Amino acid sequence: MKITDQLIKGKANLEVYSETLIELGQADRNIMAVTSDSRGSGKLTPFADKLPEQLVEVGIAEQNLVGVAAGLAAAGKKVFATSPSCFLATRSLEQIKNDVAYSNYPVNLVGISAGVSYGALGSTHHSLHDVAVLRAINNIVVVVPADNFEAREAVKAAAASDKPFFLKFGKKNMPHLHTADEKFEIGKASIIVEGTDVAFIACGETVAPAFEAAQKLNEQGISARVISMHTIKPLDTETILKAARECKTVITVEEHSVNGGLGEACASTILEAGISVPFKRVGLPDEETVAGSQAEIFNHYGISGEGLARTARTCINKIQT
Amino acid sequence: MGNIQTRIESSSWPSDNRRRENRPSWNLESGTWNLELGTWNLKMKKYTNLELKQKSIHLRKALLKYIKLANAGHTGGDLSCIDILNVLYNDVLNVSPETVNDPNRDRYIQSKGHAVEALYVVLADAGFFPMSELETLCKYQSKYVGHPTRKVKGIEFNTGALGHGLPISAGLALAAKKDGAPYRVFTMLGDGELAEGSNWEAAMMAAHYKLDNLVAILDHNTLQITGRNVEVCSPHPIAEKWLAFGWNVIEVNGHDFEQLREVLNAAPAVPRKPTFVLANTVKGKGISFMEDVKKWHHGVPSDEEYEKALTELDAQLAR
Ligand SMILES: Cc1ncc(C[n+]2csc(CCOP(=O)(O)OP(=O)(O)O)c2C)c(N)n1
Ligand SMILES: [Mg+2]
Repeated sequence: MKITDQLIKGKANLEVYSETLIELGQADRNIMAVTSDSRGSGKLTPFADKLPEQLVEVGIAEQNLVGVAAGLAAAGKKVFATSPSCFLATRSLEQIKNDVAYSNYPVNLVGISAGVSYGALGSTHHSLHDVAVLRAINNIVVVVPADNFEAREAVKAAAASDKPFFLKFGKKNMPHLHTADEKFEIGKASIIVEGTDVAFIACGETVAPAFEAAQKLNEQGISARVISMHTIKPLDTETILKAARECKTVITVEEHSVNGGLGEACASTILEAGISVPFKRVGLPDEETVAGSQAEIFNHYGISGEGLARTARTCINKIQT
Repeated sequence: MGNIQTRIESSSWPSDNRRRENRPSWNLESGTWNLELGTWNLKMKKYTNLELKQKSIHLRKALLKYIKLANAGHTGGDLSCIDILNVLYNDVLNVSPETVNDPNRDRYIQSKGHAVEALYVVLADAGFFPMSELETLCKYQSKYVGHPTRKVKGIEFNTGALGHGLPISAGLALAAKKDGAPYRVFTMLGDGELAEGSNWEAAMMAAHYKLDNLVAILDHNTLQITGRNVEVCSPHPIAEKWLAFGWNVIEVNGHDFEQLREVLNAAPAVPRKPTFVLANTVKGKGISFMEDVKKWHHGVPSDEEYEKALTELDAQLAR
């Protein structure tokens, strides 16, 4: 992107997931979607209508969902187990850990309506912990796509891979941050825009606000790099370290608890490389999340163009004084 | 226990999952029709059946109002369980705004937490907090979010992730047994929710510990998000499963105040057995165009639909 580019709204990543899965499923009858009364929220109703034999409904039973998915995968099916991320990542964690990751079967877990997408439905429905718990599990790829392009590429990569995947999708329509001819690689971050004063390392629905912040900062003569760290595991440490070396300050942004997420992953990478750089994690603090819509929650915690630009200025001012 | 199956069949237990209106309740345990009153708690019996019925209509109006204001809510599942909640809080539960911290209060845990609007209006009506506070429902910085939280007076647990209410309730009931405390524990589950394995873990354990102070009510409206329970993942046969797990099972019409009062006040009904109340309900009950229609699971009425719903409810009041 160019820093002056206007953001153009695309679809919800979930819709892209659904469309991509229909294409894949039509080409390969071994592709299966498994749902837990979640086909509506997972936008999989069209998949169910078009490919009824390739959708398995297990009822409201997320542990069963993952166990069944593992069984199907072990018998050669390419499974996309789809359920709200808040339940999938922790209710089924035991199954994810043993049946999928440690047993090494290529189940694709799709955490939908992730982060605070469910807004005012409250904390039971927020997933601010999914990345944290999955980071501690060996042998699972964790991807948080930032736009329709990344979502589509991630779904295709997951279907083609023989490794377990966790894909995290929000609900809202995502602005385009890539052109269709760009390259996408699991484990290799995308630089949305180059810059040298501030580096925003973000993922998922927080990349667009980081880009908006970069635009605001640009008007004030501050140059910001925006990185979409779509793959949290395996982490692109090279891109992180490059940013830490080349930029004056590093700010991580995530729709996740600041504990255990992308921010901490970046911090430990930088620290272990012996780099000292002013660093700030922006995300959901360790408190009961404020009530409101996703946008209100984002604003409340400074995950917005304005809020992130403010944080960046504060960080830069600190360096100068 | 083996012959209960035969008894169920010979008593023409309906094998489908349709609702059964105006049937007296069949006590599977004793194999008799439950026609007599249970153990009435006379002190608590403030309302006549007709008064409770009228109150339910007002509660329906209130919950629709706040769903409309919030532009969010689980309308269908609120309307299917509001009569049960009304009976619980106004006729059965030994709890009030004054006794919310009394260790001996009866406990109610709403396992189907998504029907929070119904719970909120019943609590507000019972004086736990001013009804007008619900104008902030789901708004920025409100404590009234779309699932129960302990920030709200009268709510015992943060629920909304399905399959948690029964294990919690079993724990509370077990504590009462250990302490020799007189309180009873009620929980309400959705029929789709029965697919969560944790329910069955708790069902087994509650019978093992002979928790006769525990009552699980099933809001059996036959629908969940995707559609009919029987099409998603059938929970049937329901009564037979709970019987086999060692529970006392009673079937009621979940919109019949007489039956609900009788059965819910009877707890503990059978010594040394937890009770499962299979309440046949209608999702969206009370609003003609919402009744038994899956899209109202979390549908918010348009202005026009809202007016129509209120007109229908007012007409029911006038009757
Ligand atoms: C653990 C968990 N999984 C999924 C959901 C999402 N969810 C909310 S309500 C609902 C359907 C519930 O159906 P049912 O239990 O029949 O309730 P009712 O019909 O009374 O509304 C689902 C799947 C949830 N809240 N918790
Ligand atoms: Mg139901």
